[in-house]
Amino acid sequence: MSASSNSGTFRIKGAGRLTPARTARFTFDGKSYTALEGDTVASALLAHGVHLLGRSFKYHRPRGILSAGPEEPNALIDVSRDAARRQPNVRATVQEVFDGAKIASQNRWPSLKFDVGAINNLFSPFFAAGFYYKTFMWPREAWVKIYEPFIRRAAGLGVAPTEEDPDHYANRYAHCDVLIAGAGVAGLTAALSAAATGQSVFLVDEQPEVGGALHYDTATTIDGQNGYDWAQAIAAKLKAMPNVTVLTRTTVFGYYNHGFLGLVERVTDHVAKPAKSAPRERLWQVRAKKVVLATGSIERHMVFANNDRPGIMLASAARTFLNHHGVAVGRQVGVYTAHDSAYEAAFDLKRAGVSIAAIVDCRPDPGEALLAQARALGISVLSGHSVTDTGGRLRISSMTVARNGGGDARRIAVDSLIVSAGWTPSVHLFSQSRGKLRFDGVNQRFLPDIYAQNCVSVGSCNGTDDLAELIDEAIAAGGGSVTLAGENRFEWTGGMIGAAEGAGPDTTVKAFVDFQHDVTAKDIRLAVREGMHSIEHIKRFTTNGMASDQGKLSNMHGLAIAAEMLDRPIPQVGLTTFRAPYTPVTYGTLVGHSRGELFDPARKTPMHALEAAEGAEFEDVGNWKRAWYYPRRGEDMLAAVNRECRTVREVAGVFNGSTLGKIEVVGPDAAQFLNLLYTNAWDSLKPGKSRYGIMTREDGFVYDDGVVGRLAEDRFHVTTTTGGAPRVLHHMEDYLQTEFPHLRVWLTSTTEQWAVIAVQGPKAREIIQPFVDGVDISNEAFPHMSVAECSVMGVPARLFRVSFTGELGYEINVPADYGPAVWRAIWERAAPIGACLYGTETMHVLRAEKGYIIVGQDTDGTVTPDDAGLGWAVSSKKSDFVGIRGLKRPDLVREGRKQLVGLLTKDPALVLEEGGQIVADPNQARPMTMLGHVTSAYWSENCGRSIALALVAGGRARIGETLHVPLKDRTIEVEVTDMVFFDKQGGRING
Amino acid sequence: MLLIHCPYCEEDRSELEFRWAGEAHIARPENIAAISDEEFAEYFFLRNNEKGLTYERWRHIHGCGRFFNAARDTVSDRFLTTYKAGMPKQLLPETGASEKTVETYEATEGDAR
Amino acid sequence: MRRYSVFAVAREAMRAHKGWEAQWTSPEPRSSYDVIIVGAGGHGLGAAYYLAKEHGITNVAVIEKGWLGGGNTGRNTTIIRSNYLYEESMDIYEHSLKLWEGLSQDLNYNVMYSPRGVMMLSHNTHDMQSFKRHINANRLYGIDNEWLTPEQAKAYVPPLDIAKTARYPINGAALQRRGGTARHDAVAWGYARAASDRGVHIIQNCEVTGIRRGPNGEVLGVETSKGFIGAQKIGVSAAGHSSVVMEMAGVRVPLHSTPLQALVSEPLKPIFPCVVMSNTVHAYISQSDKGELVIGAGTDQYNSYSQTGGLQIITHTLDAICELFPIFRRVKMMRQWGGITDNTPDRSPIQGVTPVPGLFVNCGWGTGGFKATPGSANLFAHLIAKGEPHRLAAGLTLDRFRTGRLIDEAAAAAVAH
Repeated sequence: MSASSNSGTFRIKGAGRLTPARTARFTFDGKSYTALEGDTVASALLAHGVHLLGRSFKYHRPRGILSAGPEEPNALIDVSRDAARRQPNVRATVQEVFDGAKIASQNRWPSLKFDVGAINNLFSPFFAAGFYYKTFMWPREAWVKIYEPFIRRAAGLGVAPTEEDPDHYANRYAHCDVLIAGAGVAGLTAALSAAATGQSVFLVDEQPEVGGALHYDTATTIDGQNGYDWAQAIAAKLKAMPNVTVLTRTTVFGYYNHGFLGLVERVTDHVAKPAKSAPRERLWQVRAKKVVLATGSIERHMVFANNDRPGIMLASAARTFLNHHGVAVGRQVGVYTAHDSAYEAAFDLKRAGVSIAAIVDCRPDPGEALLAQARALGISVLSGHSVTDTGGRLRISSMTVARNGGGDARRIAVDSLIVSAGWTPSVHLFSQSRGKLRFDGVNQRFLPDIYAQNCVSVGSCNGTDDLAELIDEAIAAGGGSVTLAGENRFEWTGGMIGAAEGAGPDTTVKAFVDFQHDVTAKDIRLAVREGMHSIEHIKRFTTNGMASDQGKLSNMHGLAIAAEMLDRPIPQVGLTTFRAPYTPVTYGTLVGHSRGELFDPARKTPMHALEAAEGAEFEDVGNWKRAWYYPRRGEDMLAAVNRECRTVREVAGVFNGSTLGKIEVVGPDAAQFLNLLYTNAWDSLKPGKSRYGIMTREDGFVYDDGVVGRLAEDRFHVTTTTGGAPRVLHHMEDYLQTEFPHLRVWLTSTTEQWAVIAVQGPKAREIIQPFVDGVDISNEAFPHMSVAECSVMGVPARLFRVSFTGELGYEINVPADYGPAVWRAIWERAAPIGACLYGTETMHVLRAEKGYIIVGQDTDGTVTPDDAGLGWAVSSKKSDFVGIRGLKRPDLVREGRKQLVGLLTKDPALVLEEGGQIVADPNQARPMTMLGHVTSAYWSENCGRSIALALVAGGRARIGETLHVPLKDRTIEVEVTDMVFFDKQGGRING
Repeated sequence: MLLIHCPYCEEDRSELEFRWAGEAHIARPENIAAISDEEFAEYFFLRNNEKGLTYERWRHIHGCGRFFNAARDTVSDRFLTTYKAGMPKQLLPETGASEKTVETYEATEGDAR
Repeated sequence: MRRYSVFAVAREAMRAHKGWEAQWTSPEPRSSYDVIIVGAGGHGLGAAYYLAKEHGITNVAVIEKGWLGGGNTGRNTTIIRSNYLYEESMDIYEHSLKLWEGLSQDLNYNVMYSPRGVMMLSHNTHDMQSFKRHINANRLYGIDNEWLTPEQAKAYVPPLDIAKTARYPINGAALQRRGGTARHDAVAWGYARAASDRGVHIIQNCEVTGIRRGPNGEVLGVETSKGFIGAQKIGVSAAGHSSVVMEMAGVRVPLHSTPLQALVSEPLKPIFPCVVMSNTVHAYISQSDKGELVIGAGTDQYNSYSQTGGLQIITHTLDAICELFPIFRRVKMMRQWGGITDNTPDRSPIQGVTPVPGLFVNCGWGTGGFKATPGSANLFAHLIAKGEPHRLAAGLTLDRFRTGRLIDEAAAAAVAH
């Protein structure tokens, strides 16, 4: 057995460009096959005479290979290397065979040849387009319980992967002067021309090699060379040029705004043993100054009865399989066409020794030139005839041919039928760029008309069929000057759109328009009868063009059938929208490196590792990782937090406050600026002092808060909430640059410049004292709300006496790099004294014990300073600040607004649920009148009971009232109180 | 993704570097504390939301940090010009914008010529 | 109107479905109507249907510049839920959900309302507080919404990654079981058919170019590409173009219009049952009856009427989806598209009277208008018929922007501290 017969009995010796010696083995539904390197799964299976590859979506009809490219609607397969590397819905006409590939068919059970789902085909009279809108409504529950689950199981094609994808994906950005999509004759010529000018050029093609139509078209020569060989030579030349990037196996899938294009490069899917370091696919995001679209055109099928049997395929596909892969698609091939191009396919096949049963041409007069050639090759041509039906079950076995207008019907045995209804220009990318199409009535096609971006279409996607014209057009598009002489032995004419004559009556016939979704000509007619007059309605009602090929083959036929029914010219019926992507794109490719830790890189403080080493559990706060609590052996979260809370108040605690936002506000007008941005007054704040500030936006609602220290007349150290820093800075910059540009103020984000170590508790001073130089931190010299620039452990520092716990407290700011060293030193001193490290949970409890609010937890963007009990922080003396007007709006000053108050449960052991709703009467009927909700609720170890804060309508007037919090399984009785639960006199803070 | 010319950096940069900041040329009332509820609602909430030529603010937030103004056609998303904050509105003929506008192809579906 | 039923389908199957009549008629416009509704999306068609059905007003035209259902009705990701926070929101969305539950039967058109559950993932303490606030408020208001542990969430949605090592680990979820999806086109078609059957004129491919007003400022009718059409009352329900249409009557509304994108995958066999949403990582996903994964992406940041947006919005969304569902990395995006959403400052809709007598507005549904379709339509019909809002929609007036009584669903989900 020779190598070539080993790779399939339909392999034709001497035909094609693959090397017989280089083989690869793969399995299809468990059976092993040998392919040649360069085969697609489709060509490899055809070489072995396998045409049945899948089942259709709705009727589960047997389906084969229709095309040789990305427009394939039928031959979708499941490809796997291993369990985790399994890919559903792969087009067999695109997937290259690699050694060891495991291929499986889809949407069939128990087997491809015997598929139970095919019973749908028997019931197909019921399953007309849109039938489900008309039924499955009774009884009401049955839709959910019976009908819908059944429909869902029946639908869907491939099976989703079940394991996490172990492959990785790459992402590159690029800029270029000219990007050329498509490397056929037009694209290559444009690239040559553009490259000659020295511009940076991207030439991109979806196939493994350049050449486009030259893969099958053996009749074209350029500069005296065979077309395909010329293309490879030009590609080699372009690749050698420093200003040119040639990308094959790369699809331009999207053409977005302002010259932005998305490309996907398939790097390893064709490789038997990919290098571990190689990405599976690579996303290119390219900004091109100019785009040349040389995307070619796609051949259409003929619409006639039972036009979907395996063995029926596009003429150009048969030609590709023959001329490129060296595979004959059958031994006895019928041809059904409305276009000249199918003749060439027939001639090529005949010359290769394949018997051509007949060329059935629905045109009355195909022209003497073609007829003469056919005669010379001994092929009979039945012009003015149509194929009215086909026979066969899992593969076509015959075609029924009749004279147009009826009569003279006969059955001709075939094992394959190649078809062509003409060519549809690929205007997808042009449309995505938001260009506008015009209809070429003579050739029945849409062509680019008005361009929306700097873009030009060349070649057959532009309707340019003549080779010489095409070359001139492409040279002009490239902007350079090149000389090429092309020659093509053929001029093509013809083509039709819509259902072919003899397609038969609607009653009995399935003439498929959209194969994958089983949309037939009669479905489209039904849609029109039901009042669907817009092409979008027809599309959506029938699902024509909505399958994974997105209507590449079906759109024009569907449109023509609709137009005929509507008795309106095609351009008035319109065209559905082409949307990205041109062909489906892997999520993982679009995601690239943005997975796991790189999905959204976590922000970590300088002390993160030290906290982790101390056993901290972390929580996500915005994109920060913050130490939450520090469990010791045997402690759960509550025990740890209780211990930390007690220790801070009894001894002291050390807390990492580094995530607080920090903004340096500097300049002669800094105080004036802060006057405008905060509700408080800042003129009176002396250098060396700090103050708690509230920020509102113009609407008067609390936007952010934080302590602001004045370091000098012209220098403030502003702190913000952890999550709020970027938006606060943006907000400040907005006002500074656009509303108050006369103010001499400069803003700098310093959040990550300072590490912040808070030491809180009665022994706080004792702990930090030995480290501090340059400032007297005695209570008298450095009272609460003092700030100083000093040194800590010899490191320049900013020291705040400030407290978010109600205890004596300090916050030490040191340059971030020194944070760990200072932290370690302080902790080494604090630990033996009996202090603890504490995390955000303890911080939350301690501040709640003191009634200090957390913006974003106790407020929600609808809370005014007064609502939050912070009315004192709104200066009544200022004539202006951001929020001054908004605060006075009727609803913001009305009686009965929700106000922040304390809640104490009647049963001190019960801790309320944060988010619990508060009602006066828990026994009222639903919908209940709700008075507010619990914003904060904790077990307070220091109070020996639970505590809570809540927003309650008219809350401060309700102090002393009993209210109720109905939870899912119980209702909790609460008393409204003030917000301070611990050390009501507030003496400890001055300790 | 838009390509935006920063008038301060004098560079065309990707939209990722910028943050949109709403309609341009809306000045905060100088006597804001004294305006009526209606005037405040108009200042704070009402925007032109133009279909066609719009004047808007952008900030080169991941670049120079500056706010600037732009004139853009909201149908084609084409920028007509960008200019520095504080400069007067760059008057452009309305027709100039729509003339070169290609309506979203969907908006004109059924209307291919 | 011939009723749809399994028997009707069977009968038609015997005669190649030749007997079906047009689902709606396409009449030439009369010279005037009692009510003109601008915009034949779900909200507008539904309002016309309820005007006819519940208020006996049948001399109604719905005018549409393109094809009916071609705006946001036909572009959204079809999520239905009612577990909002504020009473004003719960009122309208729950009213809507109740109508969804009987809509197929009411319209005699299977809109495939599928209460498969809407699950919202919680990733941190702030989410948990916010979700429990919603859950408690919903429960006391009579709306189902329940808290799930991560394990319960995973049991409901097996492909979900609940590993504690995830970048944003899942610490729980809120599930509204009555939430779900419906078939968006069927909603428009069902309302169109039922309204048409009750005498409503649906006039497609007719662009409103002006609103004519009388000496006292009252509406007289609309100028259109098919000429002037008189009306005593005009209801504007033209999502995506609300500002443009309202400007024709000299009314400015606080809206900004942004592109919102969505995408679907290739069809897959059923892999998870419900809608899953995450505000923290910005993603939501469901699987359609055809097997496509339907994914809602974010809005582009700028105003635009272009119905397209940037690729970065799509990639960012898929980043999040693949974090939540790592097994989906090899799934492929089949189609992406965009719509235009009209957003109000407080992210709640506006439905009410306007300063122009006879002109009513229904707009600002932002990214969530589909779920409100029956409820909004029903209440809009009431507003137009009675001249004043229904009790359930009383808080949605334009006046709230003057008084400051906003319904700030966005603020209620305030960012983490």
